Amino acid sequence: MSATPHAPARAIRIAVLAMGGEGGGVLAGWLIDLAEGNGYVAQMTSVPGVAQRTGATIYYIEMFPQAAIPPGAAPVLAQLPTPGDVDIVLASELMEAGRAIQRGIVTPDRTTLIASTHRVFAMTERIAMADGRVDEAAITSACRTAAQRFIGYDMLALAEREGSVISAAMFGALAASRVLPFDRAAFERTITQGGVGVASSLRAFAAACAGETMEAAAPVAAPAPRLDAAAEGFPAELREIVSAGVAQCRDWQDAAYAQRYLARLHPFVAADHAPYMLAAEVARQLALAMTYEDTIRVADLKIRASRFARVEQEVGIKPGQILEIHEYLHPRLQEIVETVPAWLRHPIQSLPPLRWLVGRLTRDGKVVETTSIRGFLMLYALAGLRRWRGSNLRDAVEQASIETWLDLVRQTALRDGKLAVELAMLRTLVKGYSDTHQRGYANFNRIVGLVPQLASADTLAKLRMAALADENGAALERALAELGGAAAD
Amino acid sequence: MAERSFKKEVQSLYLGAGDTFRGEGILAITKALLEAGVAYVGGYQGSPISHLMDVLADAEPILNELGVHYESSANEATAAAMLAASVNYPLRGACAFKAPVGTNVAADAIANLSSGGVTGGAMIIVGEDFGEGSSIMQERSHAYAMKSQVWLIDPRPNLPKIVECVKKGFELSEASNTPVMLEVRIRTCHVTGQFQTSDNIRPAFSRREALETPRRDVSRIVLPPASFVHEKEKIEKRWPAAQAYIAANAMNEFFDGDVSDIGIVMQGGMYNTTLRALELNGLADAFGHSRIPLYVLNVTYPLVDAELQRFASGKRAILVVEEGAPEYIEQAISTMLRRADIQTRVHGKDVLPMAGDYTGAVLQQGFAKFVETYHAGMVPVAGQKAGDNRVKAALAALDGNVQGRPPSFCTGCPERPIFTAMKLVERELGEHHVACDIGCHLFSILPPFNLGATTMGYGLGGASIAAFNMRAETEPTKRAIAVMGDGGFWHNGLVSSVGNAVFNKTDNVILIVDNGYTSATGGQDILSSHHPNAERSTQNPIEKAVRGVGAKWVRTITRTYDLEKMTRVLREALTTAAKGPKIIIAQSECMLNKQRRVKPQMQKAIADGKRVVRERFGVDPDTCTGDHSCIRLSGCPSLTVAPNPNPLRREPVTKVINSCVGCGLCGEVSHAAILCPSFYKAAIINNPDGRDRFRDRWRKRIIGFLQTRHAARVARAAA
Repeated sequence: MSATPHAPARAIRIAVLAMGGEGGGVLAGWLIDLAEGNGYVAQMTSVPGVAQRTGATIYYIEMFPQAAIPPGAAPVLAQLPTPGDVDIVLASELMEAGRAIQRGIVTPDRTTLIASTHRVFAMTERIAMADGRVDEAAITSACRTAAQRFIGYDMLALAEREGSVISAAMFGALAASRVLPFDRAAFERTITQGGVGVASSLRAFAAACAGETMEAAAPVAAPAPRLDAAAEGFPAELREIVSAGVAQCRDWQDAAYAQRYLARLHPFVAADHAPYMLAAEVARQLALAMTYEDTIRVADLKIRASRFARVEQEVGIKPGQILEIHEYLHPRLQEIVETVPAWLRHPIQSLPPLRWLVGRLTRDGKVVETTSIRGFLMLYALAGLRRWRGSNLRDAVEQASIETWLDLVRQTALRDGKLAVELAMLRTLVKGYSDTHQRGYANFNRIVGLVPQLASADTLAKLRMAALADENGAALERALAELGGAAAD
Repeated sequence: MAERSFKKEVQSLYLGAGDTFRGEGILAITKALLEAGVAYVGGYQGSPISHLMDVLADAEPILNELGVHYESSANEATAAAMLAASVNYPLRGACAFKAPVGTNVAADAIANLSSGGVTGGAMIIVGEDFGEGSSIMQERSHAYAMKSQVWLIDPRPNLPKIVECVKKGFELSEASNTPVMLEVRIRTCHVTGQFQTSDNIRPAFSRREALETPRRDVSRIVLPPASFVHEKEKIEKRWPAAQAYIAANAMNEFFDGDVSDIGIVMQGGMYNTTLRALELNGLADAFGHSRIPLYVLNVTYPLVDAELQRFASGKRAILVVEEGAPEYIEQAISTMLRRADIQTRVHGKDVLPMAGDYTGAVLQQGFAKFVETYHAGMVPVAGQKAGDNRVKAALAALDGNVQGRPPSFCTGCPERPIFTAMKLVERELGEHHVACDIGCHLFSILPPFNLGATTMGYGLGGASIAAFNMRAETEPTKRAIAVMGDGGFWHNGLVSSVGNAVFNKTDNVILIVDNGYTSATGGQDILSSHHPNAERSTQNPIEKAVRGVGAKWVRTITRTYDLEKMTRVLREALTTAAKGPKIIIAQSECMLNKQRRVKPQMQKAIADGKRVVRERFGVDPDTCTGDHSCIRLSGCPSLTVAPNPNPLRREPVTKVINSCVGCGLCGEVSHAAILCPSFYKAAIINNPDGRDRFRDRWRKRIIGFLQTRHAARVARAAA
């Protein structure tokens, strides 16, 4: 706040940006109680309405010191934040902090911005067919630039650690910032008098108060992954990715399969040079292509003890509780036929009763309880088919497709290195199961067919993006039509 | 059971003389009604008026003690028609709804009421849903006040003034035999504050007295020749009476200032923002002392000629601060001054924008322009210091990284599977024309569903596809689908949509979402609510109602989450040869309400040591390939994305967060759409019984053994 001696009396302006159901109302209520309980006149406004249904919403609070009010007068408090005129902005999520800046209510000469840096992804980020997430680093840097002071860390994680909600942590962060003229005890009294979830709120509040130092804390670097021995002979740029690829191939099939991966990869490494853009992309996509998602792999992953432990941790099983895991599976007849070994495939295809039975079994989705003996045994048996993978139909198709693609990448690399990298990356279209998988394959094959005529890596990148833009292929059709038009010109 | 309970807050309605009330604007208005001796109150919920209705519902014991009748009206027309009780009897009554949508619905009753006029004070409280946060079309209630000649009160947005205006509003109504409208903006409904209370007043004349000794006066009934008399009476008697009351009771306010050759006239509701904008322009202090004289219209219709002429006389110019278009007040003032031959210039929408919110920033700019025209150099130039590009840099960094966050279906919402089913049927039968109504289901127009072409009003979903009533024999084509909530259905959809469709023999599809509440307005009960309600008649099935108006093809789906059934019924409705409208009633309780009801019960049962199974869904990150089809068919807030734990993959995986309520849609979607095997349902058994524990022990033993074997096999292969 301004320190000039003749500064006129001025209300403290606070905006709280939250999403519906996040407790922004609780936080705003505390602020009112805090102010009114400590010698201030305060006012809060909000817009509940449909914003409560998961939309972004804003609470606005003003507080005025009673001591500064002349007799007979009353401060006129505003109902809306005015850009450039807000002292404190509390944002319950990172993108909401960004939104506050866009609204102009975070300014370098005035505003303390207190924001939780966790993300609640917006619909557009969630429904993207690949990675639609926005650039978090850019938002964080904007927070630092736009605010006079920025206090940002994951307040949700802190609150959850203390078994509380984010509003308590944000209240704590606000107390710790000391921008309001109230001491910590006043904040705590407010929570206590509120009377709801007092103990856990006070814990989260205290943790956030102690977290004062987090303001300047740099993000913790992730520990370097342990490298597989097989990756040691590779250039430094490739070691991590090759190590991951080898590990995945081993886990998916066996050591020999991992050797096959390395054998396929070697020519690309040998022909490439620093920074190994092409070799790295091939290393990544080849590993993923070779470890395609068949029913065997799914069963193999679902039955593992490590997976059971992960589910227990994710759903937060406490001692004394029992966990049951039910899988939602819907393998199709074709998927069954192509994953079983040849000795089983022929009878299914030629014996009508067996064919009928498998058809019946795959008509509707199945719910399989992996934690039951029966369900477990079923998936266990399916996972056991690993050893015959080499003889199944799916594998033959996949390996042939991989070879064709690798050949094309190799040939392309001779004339256009960048285009080859893009072609390697194009393999990312092939993923998922059933319809998703079919759609991806079809798009991939269609675009691959055009590669010999394609002029540039940029065009291929555009087609890849178009294929990932929507489900019904409209964007890809448009992009292809444009391409056709351009070629005709 | 409404979304928010005011059981605790309504205790403040008992406050008496000398006490201080602390709370929200809406609650203050309720208290003011009781202090004004109101005899009856009705209304229809909808933001920002929902909380008023919820407050009144929770206050029923207090109302009963005072002999005040409260009704949760079927719609706004019902609520306004209730004011007919004040036509012949000295009964004070009020009704409340959101505006202008509610005013639109109530227009018929309001016009009839205001033509004949009232004996007892009649007040229509409208929550003006205008500006940021509004969920409706941007119009003004002012037009209704003018067309029916209802006085419009627009108080300064602070609690003492609002309370005063409620009380004076009734007196004004009685003094001029005219209903009044009290307009409160969104933020004013929810503004917090304090005021000195007085005692509640029991109505001087009771409804019982009215019924015991009925009165009628044919000159008050809208029928010729009385209706022509009303028209003249409005202008010749009621208008001057109102102006006289407003002036005599100083309902409008004058504030002096030293820059006396200009002035600002404003709607009362704009006062706080105006003062802030003046403060930011260095023309006022924090306590409302403005250098420019102010004239605050706490009554914006009718204007008081004498007051205005007095304010404008001797000034070079005045500025009218009037939010929304058209600029009715500015036009009226211009005409008035012109007729009186007062040469003061009138500014308004020339320096302020014609449309949109009048926020602090907007007014600040407009005021600067206005003041600078007459006093150059008086307003200090605001803005950033030269060379400070920090804000610009921050905005550049944010470009494209801040996305809209429109409201959408809640976690586990039972309406979601209905639209998932529509999406799946669309894959088979192609796209259809889908019309929406008003209510939560309207979120279907946004991603991820992108379904719905129009919304034409509450209960009018079915009516809005009436033009697509095709003759199957001569023009066979795809059918249109109308979606309507149970709120809209009872508001007027039964007649306007379903009855109309039956009568006109349409073949189209009307889907009614029966989630047990008017959920979009805050979860209030309605006729078909599935739970009993001590004060109201609920549990009246929608199916019975639609069959009652003659619908033959009616399918009730008792669990919307049954995606297979939902798609089957939709497919059938779109393809069946059966004649007449196809009515689908899709039932499952609003999840927001259900969780509010069930969660505490569940927690208590767990605490009591009872066996409770909680379900939630999850996604295995190692089988998820990051395509997010599942999210596109759902959009559930608990279904989000997370970094991919696999270093080979770049796409984020789908993740189910702990807010999942286990509605089951994710599993149904992965089955029905044949998506992917990554979803699992976790059933968490709290306080397991002996059988559970026994079974769990054996399972763990056998499965554990096999898991060790499998792990060894995998390790062997990898070596």
